[in-house]
Amino acid sequence: MNQQVEEIESQQTAEAEQGIYKELMYQGLWKNNPGIVQLLGLCPLLAVSNTLTNALGLGLATLFVLTASNSLISLIRNHVPKTIRIPVFVMIIASLVSCIQLLMNAFIYELYLSLGIFIPLIVTNCIIIGRAEAFASKNTVKHAAFDGLMMGLGFSAVLVLLGASREILAQGTLFDGIETLLGDWAQFLTVTLYHTDTSFLLAALPPGAFIIMGLIIALKNSIDQKAEK
Amino acid sequence: MAFMNSSSPHQRQRRTTSQIMVMVILCLIPGVFLQSYFFGIGNLLQITLASVVALGSEALILKLRKRPVLRSLKDGSALLTGLLIAVSIPPLSPWWIVVIGTAFAVIFVKQLYGGLGQNLFNPAMAAYVVLLISFPVQMTSWIPVQSLHPFSLTFMDQLSAFLSGFTLDGYTVAQLSVSIDGLTMATPLDTARNALHSGFTITEMLNSAEFKASSAQAIQWVNVGFLFGGLILLYKRIIQWYIPAAFLAGLVSFSFIAFAYNPDLNISPLFHIFSGATMLGAFFILTDPVTAATTVKGRIFYGLLVALIVVIIRNIGGYPDAVAFAVLLGNMCVPLIDYYTQPKVYGGRA
Repeated sequence: MNQQVEEIESQQTAEAEQGIYKELMYQGLWKNNPGIVQLLGLCPLLAVSNTLTNALGLGLATLFVLTASNSLISLIRNHVPKTIRIPVFVMIIASLVSCIQLLMNAFIYELYLSLGIFIPLIVTNCIIIGRAEAFASKNTVKHAAFDGLMMGLGFSAVLVLLGASREILAQGTLFDGIETLLGDWAQFLTVTLYHTDTSFLLAALPPGAFIIMGLIIALKNSIDQKAEK
Repeated sequence: MAFMNSSSPHQRQRRTTSQIMVMVILCLIPGVFLQSYFFGIGNLLQITLASVVALGSEALILKLRKRPVLRSLKDGSALLTGLLIAVSIPPLSPWWIVVIGTAFAVIFVKQLYGGLGQNLFNPAMAAYVVLLISFPVQMTSWIPVQSLHPFSLTFMDQLSAFLSGFTLDGYTVAQLSVSIDGLTMATPLDTARNALHSGFTITEMLNSAEFKASSAQAIQWVNVGFLFGGLILLYKRIIQWYIPAAFLAGLVSFSFIAFAYNPDLNISPLFHIFSGATMLGAFFILTDPVTAATTVKGRIFYGLLVALIVVIIRNIGGYPDAVAFAVLLGNMCVPLIDYYTQPKVYGGRA
């Protein structure tokens, strides 16, 4: 009798678990997307999305930091006094970002140079501290890590979309300079869509980033509205 | 029966938006005529294309927004926007410049903010700035005045340059803007800026062959044309005198300060008033009822503010003409200006 109850309970929790993961995925990738719904981390989002390679590089770095910081913070969540939690979180995030920065400096030096100040600035990215405070400090490690992964993927997806559209408009290429991120074998990925002597500089400049970002947000909202109907 | 008891004026004339827009367009004619006379028929090609694109993109976006299309098209505001863009870009720039500019103005600057009366920024000037920062080479290739031209340009030449970037004989627009002496023929403001950058004084610049070959006189005449049209607008009470007067007075006094401080390094007030887009800006762009300040005191502040920015950018900035940038910066300040210049209600406390 007892055994049966336990089995049923474990089945129920397994289903609930799956539901939680599904919900986290939906939240991170679409409904609560950090880039286009929460509008967090706009500074790196708009500043380095001028080419797809830059966008992908920064997206991956943020994804890594976010997943790792969420898991670490969730691990220590019961041992940190409430009053000093923010400095502790920031220390953890800062050390992770330093790791990433040193790694990029060592292995993908050219991309490191082109991303410049925006790698150390991941520390101040509101998404990371926001997820640490709002989610990781209250949930188990598994959930927190998955949440970090999904939020990171959502952010990277927006970055990649923005980077791709800006690169196409401004230079007519895709994956220009990808070899700085993935190594020389990846050069075949560079696609030239069209050649032009007069590139549309606006798309490569910050105003273009804002305009395209606005269009992406509008697209997302209109899809949501259509889905509601 | 209710007795209507309103204060004077009792006799007024109501004008619809479309009547006002038509008047403004008609008053542009003297300036446009002089511009086409000096710089060739390419100017009219630009205007035609800009009008078509303006109406087309307005209709398209109204349809997407599910608004009545014909009523908004008839008010002529899109047409005016297109016209202003076409007037401000170089006459022989390739066709896609004007297409991108006009579509951007109507779709992004005007309709995405909510259509006529809702836009924060002047659509024509925002589009001009977009074009200038995106395509600096094309946007600064003003060809020399026809009479100074080393090549004679027929209508077909201009049409071909407009469509393909090359004349029938295979010259590019960049080659056209070089005179027989091999001097580049820039606009006077351009010439002045380049001369100052390379260490010449204004007096030397005014006497240089480069300046004499530039389109200085023609641009002065075009400015006179726009001034004439603007005065008609004033006479017809389509616009009020506050903004143009404040702008021109500000331009003269601010530039005079710089000129008096160092006449060799700063262009004179007269040069300021009759070059670039001064007159077009003063009467046709700054007075845009949507994006300008609305109170009387506010309009005077607005005019002075834009004049100050124009003088600063022209005298020490990196771009040749400043009216477009100054207008956009002024537009941003309009809500603040309006907030602090609300007139006192009669009988109310100050």
